[in-house]
Amino acid sequence: MATAFPFSAIVGQDEMKLALLIAAVDPKIGGVLAFGDRGSGKSTAVRALAALLPKMKVVAACRYNCDPDRPAEFCEECRVSAAKGALKSAQVPVPVVDLPLGATEDRVVGALDLERALARGEKAFEPGLLARAHRGFLYIDEANLLEDHLVDLLLDVAASGENVVEREGLSIRHPARFVLVGTGNPEEGELRPQLLDRFGMSVEVKTPDNLADRIEVVRRRDAFESDSDAFVTKWAKDEAKLRRKIMIAREKLSSVSVPDVTLERAAKLCMALGTDGLRGELTLMRAARALAALDSAKTVTDDHLRRIAPSALRHRLRRNPLDDAGSSVRVDRAISEVLR
Amino acid sequence: MTGAAVWSDAVTAARLFAVDRSGTGGVLLRSRAGPVRDRWLALLRAELPPSCNVKQVPLNIAEGRLLGGLDLNATLLAGRPVAERGLLAEADGGVIMLAMAERLSAATTVHVTAAIDAGETIVERDGLSLRMPARFGVIALDEGVEDEFAPASLRDRLALHLDLNAIGIRDAEEFTLDAGETAAARARLPSLKPDAAQIEAVCTAATALGIASLRAPLLALRIACSSAALTGHSSVEREDLALAARLVLAPRALVFPAADEAAPPEQPPPTEDEANEPGAEDQISDTDRALDEVILAAVQAAIPDDVLAALGAAGRSRSRSSGKAGALQKSSKRGRPAGVLRGALRAGARLNLIETLRAAAPWQPLRCREASGSREESRPRILIRKDDFRISRFRQRTETVTIFLVDASGSAALHRLAEAKGAVELLLADCYVRRDQVALIAFRGSAADMLLPPTRSLARAKRSLAGLPGGGGTPLAAGLDAAFMLSDSVRRKGQTPTVIVLTDGRANIARDGGQGRPRAEDDAMSAARQLRAAGVAVVLVDTSPRPGASGEAIAKEMGARYLPLPHADAATLSKAVLASVG
Repeated sequence: MATAFPFSAIVGQDEMKLALLIAAVDPKIGGVLAFGDRGSGKSTAVRALAALLPKMKVVAACRYNCDPDRPAEFCEECRVSAAKGALKSAQVPVPVVDLPLGATEDRVVGALDLERALARGEKAFEPGLLARAHRGFLYIDEANLLEDHLVDLLLDVAASGENVVEREGLSIRHPARFVLVGTGNPEEGELRPQLLDRFGMSVEVKTPDNLADRIEVVRRRDAFESDSDAFVTKWAKDEAKLRRKIMIAREKLSSVSVPDVTLERAAKLCMALGTDGLRGELTLMRAARALAALDSAKTVTDDHLRRIAPSALRHRLRRNPLDDAGSSVRVDRAISEVLR
Repeated sequence: MTGAAVWSDAVTAARLFAVDRSGTGGVLLRSRAGPVRDRWLALLRAELPPSCNVKQVPLNIAEGRLLGGLDLNATLLAGRPVAERGLLAEADGGVIMLAMAERLSAATTVHVTAAIDAGETIVERDGLSLRMPARFGVIALDEGVEDEFAPASLRDRLALHLDLNAIGIRDAEEFTLDAGETAAARARLPSLKPDAAQIEAVCTAATALGIASLRAPLLALRIACSSAALTGHSSVEREDLALAARLVLAPRALVFPAADEAAPPEQPPPTEDEANEPGAEDQISDTDRALDEVILAAVQAAIPDDVLAALGAAGRSRSRSSGKAGALQKSSKRGRPAGVLRGALRAGARLNLIETLRAAAPWQPLRCREASGSREESRPRILIRKDDFRISRFRQRTETVTIFLVDASGSAALHRLAEAKGAVELLLADCYVRRDQVALIAFRGSAADMLLPPTRSLARAKRSLAGLPGGGGTPLAAGLDAAFMLSDSVRRKGQTPTVIVLTDGRANIARDGGQGRPRAEDDAMSAARQLRAAGVAVVLVDTSPRPGASGEAIAKEMGARYLPLPHADAATLSKAVLASVG
């Protein structure tokens, strides 16, 4: 695969970068949707994240990336081999799996292994992208153009954390918990509300309008394209620093406390905005906590709420088509009213 | 610019593209099919090295062919999955030619742009998982007229935008080019890099021209490098940048900086006097001027005067929302599986392998015996014949919900309520045949009532319609609001709403129930705008005896089809509505 552009070398786009980092710290938040202008580096950031993430521990040769430290969540195969004896573990890069448009259902959920069916007449399961993305990221570029039947499938799996395959005479279930990352350009079509709701955070990406930033973007891109290895080496130190920050934040996450006052404010904020359901509050709280962990703070403060609320709530407002561009504005207004 | 100048630029563009095919993204060639375009394409072909692959992509190319997938013949012969390269991967190192780019489907566009971005295709199809290099240049043949354009996401990625529509064959004189020169330029290209000041100047100019995408300055810099390679410069020179600006930035410009805005303060933009100066040549040769001014001047010279005048500070939107992507399409190739059929393997048909194998299984001993005469080792392990093929069928959910909004007010009741009811009944029957859902909202007195939530039950619909009383005021705003809310919730379910309004358009009750025509009409207008903004398909049937301005105004406000049907009976009414709903 081609060398990825270093995450730390991305100019600006702070909101998107922060949302991706938060998703990396706490995968339970439910993914990131980045919608915005053409050529603003959305895909670049996601691919950069893949290279940035610290490695994870898996059961060696497990096709579903099982975590050796969590036997309760093992797949069938690991359960069987764990009963026989100790499992070998291995360190692998966190998977960032592309769900390309035009993918067929059999490759997404997994299907009958064609080779074995043809060569030996055996009925064997070949895991799909969902299995590969377990404990990692599933990335959909142009998420708004994804076929409906694939969207339905994703919604189901994202909600249950488990992929149930009943097809071609196979009956398989395996864990599939992943962080959904979608990018797209709103001009080309909207996202189904159900899928929108699955994303924990949504960010709006704009091309930088400040000249110095624009020049820096083009300059770095040019440097990267002319000698990517040298460019990556140059940024390796910053990348390592950021990677360490993610790891520390993950460790600290459970010890970050959320005071009742902050919870109350989060609830008030959601009420002021009239977000549907409790998912908004939950995500807001979790994201603020992950942000606090990234900041090495011990407690979540109003400032954390303020910084993350737009990303966590913007896509949960009841739509008012006459006031389309205004969802960010509405969140900002509510923030300034509630979090004085 | 004169026709000859446009042609000369087009020739230059062909050469620049030939020097760096994948780096420049490609050429958007806006031109009708004809001798001029043919001549340009011939010229380009001569510039490309003989080994360069040129792949034609027809408009309706099947997804499997574009991306690659399972090679069925080879798979069956070998007894193991054999992948087939798609057209994009086959074009690696070469050029793809997109025919009728202005009609390119969203799916094809996405696959092409994804390959341009990644330099490879990622295939997850037919049980295969492949990554294949796909670095190619694109020639997009855009035959659009007026506001038909190739998709914006594709245009953004192609450096060179040419418009040959305006020039005649007489302008397009034939050039004999030295292909060896292009090859030499290709060899020189890797050593050419823009310096920091040049990057800055191009970015500054692009910003001043209102070009938001950062791909534009990047592509302009690549073109500048190609140009330097072609002219044999040892580094990127001013004239290379000027040429890049003319070919890459000018066609994308949205605004032209006025005397006192948009340009950075330390480098004042050209003054009015300069802007009116036609002689671009002497401006460019003026080496004392700042680099970005050189670029802006080059852009200015490339934009026709009338267009330049139109590029006010407010800008001019050249973008276009495609609108095609959101529409649901009927398809037998995707969607929910809907059974398996015996069938031939035509393009796009999905083989259902397990069913195919099941069909073939009972015959294996027989076929093996039959084939035993042939060489043992060349015989595939499983003998599958054409009759065994089983094709998956798919059905895409295209369920629509037709929302009837019926005016049951006194004024409408007097005129036409009976006919309207009859028409709605006929329409309901038709919706029922298509398995569409229907909903019915009536408005009269001071409010709108949902008489029938979305349902497939024809009997219920008929009953609620028959019991519809008439009389009272016309709360049109309340009715439209109710239709809007319902279509919003329909959409949330993944269905497509269509609203059919039967009214005489004479609103006289405001949203808050207050009387008075002006206020009622204002409210109705704002409710109508809401429907339009939501992008719901609406048909407004004006049932008043003298269809007047009020109905038409409301229809216009909500972007609806307007059907004045003063004397129609139920059958004609339903026929007209059906025709316009499509």
